Amino acid sequence: MSEILVLVEHADGDVKKVTLELLTLARSLGEPSAVWAGPGYTDAAKAKLAEYGAGKIYVAESEEIAGYVVAPKAELLAKLVSDASPAAVLVAATAEGKEIAGRLAIKTDSGVITDAVGLGEGFVADQSIFGGGVNVRSRVTKGTPIVAVRPNSTAPVAEPGAGAEEKVEIALSDAARGAKVVERVKQERGARPELTEAAIVVSGGRGVGSGENFSIIEKLADSLGAAVGASRAATDAGWYPHQFQVGQTGKTVSPQLYVAAGISGAIQHRAGMQTSKTIVVINKDSEAPIFEIADFGVVGDLFQVVPQLTEEIEKRK
Amino acid sequence: MNIVVCVKQVPDTATERKLRSDDKTLDRDAADGVVNELDEYAVEEALRLKEAHGGEVTVLSMGPAKATETIRKALAMGADKAVHLSDDALRGSDALSTSYALAETLKKIGFDLVILGSESTDARTGVLAAMLAERLGTPQLTLANKVEVDGSAIAIQRVTDYGYDKVEASLPAVVSVVEKINEPRYPSFKGIMAAKKKPVETLAIGDAEISADQVGLASAWSEVVDFAAAPPRAAGTVVKDEGDGGVKAAEFLASKKFV
Ligand SMILES: Cc1cc2nc3c(=O)[nH]c(=O)nc-3n(C[C@H](O)[C@H](O)[C@H](O)COP(=O)(O)OP(=O)(O)OC[C@H]3O[C@@H](n4cnc5c(N)ncnc54)[C@H](O)[C@@H]3O)c2cc1C
Repeated sequence: MSEILVLVEHADGDVKKVTLELLTLARSLGEPSAVWAGPGYTDAAKAKLAEYGAGKIYVAESEEIAGYVVAPKAELLAKLVSDASPAAVLVAATAEGKEIAGRLAIKTDSGVITDAVGLGEGFVADQSIFGGGVNVRSRVTKGTPIVAVRPNSTAPVAEPGAGAEEKVEIALSDAARGAKVVERVKQERGARPELTEAAIVVSGGRGVGSGENFSIIEKLADSLGAAVGASRAATDAGWYPHQFQVGQTGKTVSPQLYVAAGISGAIQHRAGMQTSKTIVVINKDSEAPIFEIADFGVVGDLFQVVPQLTEEIEKRK
Repeated sequence: MNIVVCVKQVPDTATERKLRSDDKTLDRDAADGVVNELDEYAVEEALRLKEAHGGEVTVLSMGPAKATETIRKALAMGADKAVHLSDDALRGSDALSTSYALAETLKKIGFDLVILGSESTDARTGVLAAMLAERLGTPQLTLANKVEVDGSAIAIQRVTDYGYDKVEASLPAVVSVVEKINEPRYPSFKGIMAAKKKPVETLAIGDAEISADQVGLASAWSEVVDFAAAPPRAAGTVVKDEGDGGVKAAEFLASKKFV
């Protein structure tokens, strides 16, 4: 079977869930090889990648790879594409993943597809465009298909692979060392799952009214083991940090469950959450467009409904 | 400092956007064309950098004749001049061809700094700035919520999942900005009048030494196989809160095994 490269997303030595999804997807189309870029590789990471079907694991651990913006990872993948001639390259459709895919496409003279929500035979990708209004199937017609796949597009299923390790040395070009990362600033809010990866997301909007009030949203999220999201109205007001914004110019999420409280459902918000499997809405205005996409909606004051919901969930645990 | 801002005309998100049934490209006639909103932040940032450090702001837009409306808007905000890359051969270009055509044009017109919005609201690939950096061999300073220039040194804050990275480079460089970076100004009446007299140079592909076999729909690196309107979501249940809305929502979540 033909080899498919999967770029591993990792943080603090842990393999992220999206990578397990990509390995699962790659198994249906060929033989997945994981590509680890940057420091932090551990035996646990290796075991995880093998458990989800990595036949090979290319490991490029140099500090330099993580020390510059995007370009080193694209260079690493380009080297592997030329050495191993894979059938395709899969990356996670995060902001950075897409940038890596873009640069790799130029380096390898290949086509690139971003934000795939599915991938089938012949590497035909499913995409959802125009705020979820149109479904498109597209494919790469030149070079090695490079596909950026959205988190939560497939359920990860374990199926062991050989996990044969291969160390990769790479001498970065000067061009790849142009933009140096001098400091990483973490602004995390509690130990919640990452927004794009979370199975459940609870989001608050302008209706939440203030930064302090977001604790109501956080409590509901915690009762469900969910990530917290916010509409642009809420991040613009400074009530919640920007990296938690869901929508057109924020994160695109596709969880099993999305709860929207005090959010009207503007097209730009829906563009970031419309593919959620189940949508629950709490809004005091029964005319709010978000109800159009709700599987379950409560017309009511979120300051009453959300705490009651949280309490009820805690009771049922 | 010679700053070039890339600006794209996109169909208004508020109107219904379509693909054409004949060649499966964006139907630009179906919806009103507006400035890609994120590009307004790019223009604003360019103007602020010019105000602080001097220099000139050039708008670069690739698009059909009707994109001049978008170019005029950027000029009305305060940009000095514009280059409009417009040629029938460019129609249907994908991200790879677009980045190639823009990179060739940038090489021709010269720049110290190129600024883009982080993505366009129609295609939403979010790859163009990275591709330009790759093609031009200049540092990639993308997803910036803060930009500082000091002589030939440039520093940005790059938005990440966990917060942000502080990134440093030297000019020339390619920057993309996110919407939290600034508050774009509205064109003043004076600005709108002045924009009418500002120079707009229209280039065909030959003028920028862009080869025809690298651009347009026929040379794209990917293709749309087919497309269809998304099936509407099945209508859900909506209840009015009678003091037990939270309990009802919990019951629904329990029925779906979320609790
Ligand atoms: C180019 C562009 C990109 C954009 N990108 C994004 C994006 O990424 N993400 C995004 O979210 N938006 C984005 N927007 C903005 C978007 O158009 C909306 O302005 C925004 O989503 C509105 O946020 P909201 O729903 O929280 O606020 P509003 O639209 O003001 O809605 C607030 C809702 O809260 C309800 N409410 C108020 N009080 C209560 C209460 N006590 N209990 C229950 N309900 C209550 C109201 O009935 C109302 O429906 C973008 C816009 C543009 C032009």
